[in-house]
Amino acid sequence: MSSTRATFDPGAEATRATDAILHDTLRGSSRGVVVDSPPGAGKSTLVVRAALELAAAGRPLMVIAQTNAQVDDLVVRLAEKEPGLPVGRLHSNDSDPYDTVLDGLENVRKSAKATDLAGLDIVISTAAKWAHVKNVEPWGHAIVDEAYQMRSDALLAVAGLFERALFVGDPGQLDPFSIVGADQWAGLSYDPSASAVSTLLAHNPELPQHRLPVSWRLPASAAPLVSDAFYPYTPFRSGTAHGERRLAFAVPSDGSGPDRVLDEAAESGWGLLELPARHTPRTDPEAVRAVARTVRRLLDRGGAATSERSPHPVPVTADRVAVGTAHRDQAAAVRAALAELGVTGVAVDTANRLQGREFDVTVVLHPLSGRPDATAFHLETGRLCVLASRHRHACVVVCREGVAELLDEHPSTEPVQLGVTVKFPDGWDANHSVLAHLAEHRVRWRP
Amino acid sequence: MSLITTLARLEAVESGRAQPLTTVRHRHLTGRPLVLVPLATAGEAGAPLGALVGTDREAPRLLAVAQPRDRELRFAFLAELAEAVLPHIESYAGVVEPAERSQIDPETGKKTKVEVELCTDAAQLIVPSRAGIDFVRLLGRSMRFRRTAEDDPDTPYPAPARVPLLGRWLTHYAERARVPGSSLLLATTDLLNRHWATGQSSLEDQHLGALLAWIAPSDGGSGAEAALRAELERDREGQLLCPPAGPATDPAFDNRLLAPAIEAYDRARTALAAAEDGLAADALLAELARAERQIRSLLAKVALPTWDAVWRGLDLLAGLPEGARAEDRWTRDRWSFTAHRDRVLAGEPPQPRRDDAVTAAQKLASREAAQAQLDAQEALDDPLVLAGRRLAGEAFVGEVTGVEMAYSESKRPSPRPLVTVRTDEHPHLGGRTKVYRSLDGKPQTAEFVSGTPAEEGGLLLVLRITDRMGRSKEPAPGSVPEPGDRTVWTLFEHDPRGGPKLPDPEETPWTHGGPPGAAVERAERPDPVTAEDLL
Repeated sequence: MSSTRATFDPGAEATRATDAILHDTLRGSSRGVVVDSPPGAGKSTLVVRAALELAAAGRPLMVIAQTNAQVDDLVVRLAEKEPGLPVGRLHSNDSDPYDTVLDGLENVRKSAKATDLAGLDIVISTAAKWAHVKNVEPWGHAIVDEAYQMRSDALLAVAGLFERALFVGDPGQLDPFSIVGADQWAGLSYDPSASAVSTLLAHNPELPQHRLPVSWRLPASAAPLVSDAFYPYTPFRSGTAHGERRLAFAVPSDGSGPDRVLDEAAESGWGLLELPARHTPRTDPEAVRAVARTVRRLLDRGGAATSERSPHPVPVTADRVAVGTAHRDQAAAVRAALAELGVTGVAVDTANRLQGREFDVTVVLHPLSGRPDATAFHLETGRLCVLASRHRHACVVVCREGVAELLDEHPSTEPVQLGVTVKFPDGWDANHSVLAHLAEHRVRWRP
Repeated sequence: MSLITTLARLEAVESGRAQPLTTVRHRHLTGRPLVLVPLATAGEAGAPLGALVGTDREAPRLLAVAQPRDRELRFAFLAELAEAVLPHIESYAGVVEPAERSQIDPETGKKTKVEVELCTDAAQLIVPSRAGIDFVRLLGRSMRFRRTAEDDPDTPYPAPARVPLLGRWLTHYAERARVPGSSLLLATTDLLNRHWATGQSSLEDQHLGALLAWIAPSDGGSGAEAALRAELERDREGQLLCPPAGPATDPAFDNRLLAPAIEAYDRARTALAAAEDGLAADALLAELARAERQIRSLLAKVALPTWDAVWRGLDLLAGLPEGARAEDRWTRDRWSFTAHRDRVLAGEPPQPRRDDAVTAAQKLASREAAQAQLDAQEALDDPLVLAGRRLAGEAFVGEVTGVEMAYSESKRPSPRPLVTVRTDEHPHLGGRTKVYRSLDGKPQTAEFVSGTPAEEGGLLLVLRITDRMGRSKEPAPGSVPEPGDRTVWTLFEHDPRGGPKLPDPEETPWTHGGPPGAAVERAERPDPVTAEDLL
């Protein structure tokens, strides 16, 4: 094992994968290419590079992302790399449809009408907006970003706009969902509630599939756990080695639970702050306060992160910290608790909204903490995967004791649908793997 | 489960009585619903055993299959069911009013209004439980591809004339029942569970007898005890006093009463077939008729309590005033009813066995829109439902404390007044969240500007109103709230937009397998006859 690790050169591996993807995209004969990307594996970098190379080859390109924030981010990245490239930002008719940063970019044209942007090298918009574009000449090429979070019916609405496409996404994150039952179509190859990639591959199984092998975001302490727990058949590695990333505090521990768990997380990359077992409402006041206290202490103690990005330690400021929860009301409660402690600027959101984002340190309220039951929602693999894979340095999980027992009492009972590919690992299994690992970094605390 | 539903359930446990979840009825009930209590044969998927059907609670029509494995008898049952159901449906299909529908002109591609017929009312079908809706779907599926002698003179075992048509209607009703808020086909348990919270689990809430016991215990005592009795109490012969609402029957009934009765019927039939002379045959025929009457009386005995329970449930629901926007949703049901009538009249083939990619996506999109609309409309129609949304931070009520006039920054400035609202609630507002209030039944939009703690407690929220103030520079009178007004704001849209237009099925893209073509033709042909069909 050690010999393979010694010869594993993350940079070279990643380059080889990217070259193969670009080769299939630019010179391949198939209509689609699928790229699976684990958390922080350079998906956005790949999208930008593929877009620039397609544009350089003179192929009209449309880019389909899922949210306006993702679209604006891509436009900015493209403009940074290639300021002279004419880029179109197709936006909605709402007020403030795009980030005002785009107004400062010279070669970015913005319009709510696709015809205004015809002829530009690259046109970017959300899947929802593209779906309303009609009666235009189809684009030769498309890049579909976050394709695993796109629903099959959304792809159906836009697939007529392009001839060939590169689909990029993370299969381990949250699956798309529908607010009404869609069981009647379960097992059909074009189940509209399934992900765009599963429909695409069901109808076009011969398409080349690639995967990015290196996570640049996750530290060496986190990549093996996330890879084993959530990507058991498509393992990936961390781009950095143990010891390359360090987290240190200027102020020593005061011996309290939050301080001890922060020290543990700084040392090992993981920390579990375990509160006494109890059934609580979703917005468990003690757990919420524990999360807020931990964030407050993290900022107060002058955390500094050393990484390959800079030769000197960089202070961990509020904008480099995030709190992740399962529900919106939990996020609201944490925000209120942080405001009470005078903390501002920390991103507090649900797993769905933290998808695709990156921070130095994350504090996670465990989805099953204090619950009397484990529903499919709380067991969903992608939810835990998102929450456990946003950090570059350390992740602290706040949880009530007894989740392992809760899991044992609630094995997955989802009906098996004929024709539906069973996803591995199931949430139950993934939760147990993560818990077993976190147990080694446990700090018990009675607030 | 929302916090307010949990609270209602706790209160139900404590008081022993179901607690209201609503102040109005959120589903339309027609004055003349057709109630159908189906019974199915244990161990034979989709084999009907009997049914009570009718629009008059005093006079249900009993349909029975004396030997559920006999295809002839099953067809006779379905033919009889068609005679009971189709005239009811057709009595609505013929009464129409003129209406307008916007349609895209295939030549110009522009939206134009066309005059069409809209049925003034639609036939409503009520079954006891959700399993009843599934059974209606199963019956529809089993009938709609059948061929009659008229369709195909060579078909072995042709179905009675109107059976395929009944199959198409039942399929339409069962499919429509999947649309949130629709009322064409309703399950009594779903209706009651929407309007009352009991102190039992949601699984137990599927038992119509127990559910009614919680809502209106017959002896006026504890609902919990009455529910337990409804679930468990048996007579001296070991039969449930409150039989399950079907279509499945109680195993004790199947084993001790039904099986011997069917055996007696089979024996009588065999004996009749073997009869050697007319006199003996007459006696055996009488014996057969007696055996059949016995089965009918058994089925009537287990189905009648459910029949009565359904009507009792409907009475309870009729006691609630109908929500203001339920009528609007019923109009959609009427459109759906009319559209199916038109497809049948136009001689279109039965619904395919499986939806194609485009139809499936369209159905999902329209149901999601219907769900969002239903959630919004229920909250707007009903202060108790709104209270649940307020508790969840998705709506808030507050008093207007100040209005400051402001204008948009454009060549033609339009009014963008800033309204300050004081509230004691905790809505989940963030940067520029949109909020809506109902202004003369239409939604008015505002965006959240800032929130600060108020001196007298609670929050002061500043909202910028962005629409529905008319075209002139000054807002139209009454379009901006005034200080002292109590305003209700929601964070959810009142009338959410539907999804984008999808491609035509013939233009299904390569990602979704291309045009259905051959696959659709195959689906529209009747099932091929296999050896198993002719047991």
